[in-house]
Amino acid sequence: MTAIDPPDLALAREFKERPYGIHSPALQTLLNAMRRGPHRGRWALYCSKPAEEWTLVQLSGERGKPVTFHPETTFRTFEEAEWHVFKLRWKAMTGRNLELG
Amino acid sequence: MKRIVGYGDRLAVAPGDRIDFRINCEAGDRTYCAGIVRLICGDDHTKHPGFRAEPVATAIDGDHPGRRQAIHAGSFVEAPPSPAFAPPAGWSLQAIIWPTLPGGGAQTVMGCWSEAGAGYALVIDAAGCLALRLGDGAGGVEEIATAAPLLAREWYRVFASWDAATGAVRLVQQPLRRYARGEDAARRGVVASVRPRPAATTPFMLAAHDGGLDGARRIPRSAYNGKIDRPRLVGRAIDEAEAERLVEAPLAVDGLLAAWDFSREIPSERIVDLSPHRRDGRTVNLPARAMTGYNWTGEVHDWKSAPDQYGAIHFHEDDLYDAGWDVDFSLTVPDGLRSGVYCARVAVPGDEDLIPFFVRPKRGTTTASLAFLASTATYMAYANNHTAFDSALREMGRGELIKLHKDDLFLNEHREYGLATYDTHRDGSGVCYGSRLRPVLNMRPRTYQWSFNADTHITDWLEATGTACDVITDDDLHREGLALLAPYRAIMTGAHPEYLSTLMWDAIAAYLQQGGRLMYMGGNGFYWRAAFRGDDTTAIEVRRGETGTRAWTAEPGEHYHSFTGERGGLWLCLGRAPQRLVGVGFVSQGFDAATFYRRQPGSFDPRAAWIFDGVGADEQIGDFGLVYGGAAGSEIDRHSRRLGSPPHSLVLATSGPHSNTFFPAIETETDLIPGQGAPENLAIRADMVFFETPNGGAVWSTGSIAWSGSLSHASYANNVSRITGNVARRFVDPTPL
Repeated sequence: MTAIDPPDLALAREFKERPYGIHSPALQTLLNAMRRGPHRGRWALYCSKPAEEWTLVQLSGERGKPVTFHPETTFRTFEEAEWHVFKLRWKAMTGRNLELG
Repeated sequence: MKRIVGYGDRLAVAPGDRIDFRINCEAGDRTYCAGIVRLICGDDHTKHPGFRAEPVATAIDGDHPGRRQAIHAGSFVEAPPSPAFAPPAGWSLQAIIWPTLPGGGAQTVMGCWSEAGAGYALVIDAAGCLALRLGDGAGGVEEIATAAPLLAREWYRVFASWDAATGAVRLVQQPLRRYARGEDAARRGVVASVRPRPAATTPFMLAAHDGGLDGARRIPRSAYNGKIDRPRLVGRAIDEAEAERLVEAPLAVDGLLAAWDFSREIPSERIVDLSPHRRDGRTVNLPARAMTGYNWTGEVHDWKSAPDQYGAIHFHEDDLYDAGWDVDFSLTVPDGLRSGVYCARVAVPGDEDLIPFFVRPKRGTTTASLAFLASTATYMAYANNHTAFDSALREMGRGELIKLHKDDLFLNEHREYGLATYDTHRDGSGVCYGSRLRPVLNMRPRTYQWSFNADTHITDWLEATGTACDVITDDDLHREGLALLAPYRAIMTGAHPEYLSTLMWDAIAAYLQQGGRLMYMGGNGFYWRAAFRGDDTTAIEVRRGETGTRAWTAEPGEHYHSFTGERGGLWLCLGRAPQRLVGVGFVSQGFDAATFYRRQPGSFDPRAAWIFDGVGADEQIGDFGLVYGGAAGSEIDRHSRRLGSPPHSLVLATSGPHSNTFFPAIETETDLIPGQGAPENLAIRADMVFFETPNGGAVWSTGSIAWSGSLSHASYANNVSRITGNVARRFVDPTPL
């Protein structure tokens, strides 16, 4: 993984504004770095209530081993979920909480 | 938690046909409720249109007794039990092997061994070394190992003999390729203390040993991963010179009991014994055939031209063909049942399974001028796809978080339910066979996975707009060809008709030539060749070749189908670019965002302007939809005169720019040049195309998988629905275009 140094909040704002769709090259590079991470522990979504709710999970990265649920963390939309995971990964990469102010 | 799951033995039926359903109550429920529903829309991810199904009363309605039914995965060869497998003088075993997961758990290569600890077998032990296991069935077990770890994906001659008079054992692990510093060659000569006594009911097996029977099904244990070539059994302990002769001249060795030749009858499940004893066997769970053997030189790539170089079978612990469950209930499709998509619904508290099947009109009749051709071949290629779990690149490729459903979790934790042709086996090799004789958990409504559920956006639109339409399938098309299509004025494909057999392709081409009309409602269609065994559509075969945007690549020499002997791969590479058939062909894919089309000059041509009745000149077509928010997206196709789009074809509308995850399909590029991705590369686009075919026929192609997800927007009052309706109405009108 590549650390963001220094963290560019403009990229975070761009992603929050539009998580799906055409991204600036710099944002796309950041997203690729985030998504290139290890498969074990990868954040993913589980459809807990169709058309209503998705729950945060983590993949085991190993065939046959179950996912880890985070039942306290749920989302109503994909955009919410993408933003939440973006912040988790920002923290993991930079050591800092993402504060857009 | 998944509590109930099942499958039917037939997918494509007509009134009067029977489907046998087999059900597993995984959590132990003693009763379940069954019924039949007509499926209109299977997508429950949105409130509109939402999941819609109508119950249909049939004789199977009501409660049924429940039970657990297990699946036993792992491919192997079995020759029926025989006293010959316990020869009084002793025996010798030999094969040439290419193990792919030595050290990945104990694996049985060949022998006559049962779980009771009786018999003999050549195995790879937990340390990845060749070993001979002997058991007397009374508690005496002995294992003699080489203690030299086998290398993965290297060829070895493996040999073991036991002399009944002296108890002498000889064990040989001979690498066929010599490296300068190799430590994987080994020989052992010992006197065994255990006298092996195979049980009379134990078959001789290759790539697993006998775990007993579950009903009529043999349970494989210690499944072997890798290739086996030229397996032999002799009824005495032979010397080294005879062992070497045994490889290519088994009939010259005295006391030969069996010499199985995997290069014979490759398209079948039969294993031929060259010895005069004809101890023929069978494969179970479709291990991969038409595999290069130890002696493949690389000069011939078509197994039919040099079958002796294709004497290997590649076995996998996670192969599955026929789950072999017992029948729980049978449905005789009622006379007069309307043609459509149906499901057998089985339910217990807290869970249900909806098992699809497709009902055509009574054979020899039609009940509409239009037919929807359900992409059952494609559903089978994707059957039980695990890439959401197994692919570390998936999130990056798709540009979106991985999304999982209850059925995905079950498939991950129950690997015995088998894999899809989009998966790799645990040993890394590509999965080349798909089967429907097992629960196919992603060919279901109420799931996110591709691609059956996406097609229910089309069946939903047909229902909502009152468009009369019969339902037929790829299964029917493969078996009946042109005769199936000819009575229809027009055919509508699904969103993703990606896989076709040669017979299917020929039938569609002939249909168009003789005046048929085709609405190609999808993208990435007509892409890969698929093969079936004759009329039997229970298993599909795919060989992913040297190009193509693909989940795996077949090994060199293994690009030809075992089922048919045809060369596999992209139709593009077989001289049949999709552009030649439907005017457009695969160019790119992206799974985070879709977009709209803009009209092109071709859309104002009087030949095609009627397609846009009710649509303004500058309207954005499909800037809405359930599939990533637009009508042009997911997998998209482009017009290309160079690749064969007819010279008179009209490009009606085009999309773009697309988002950053869209790159050119691998087969469209020959060099590594920057700037080829979207949004800057405008060659990445979906083209909507129209052209006439001889005798009053025509083709209209959307070039986009996402198209059908836009049909229901604003309660079907939108320009995607409008255009589709214009074409459907005009195409069933026999007036010349």
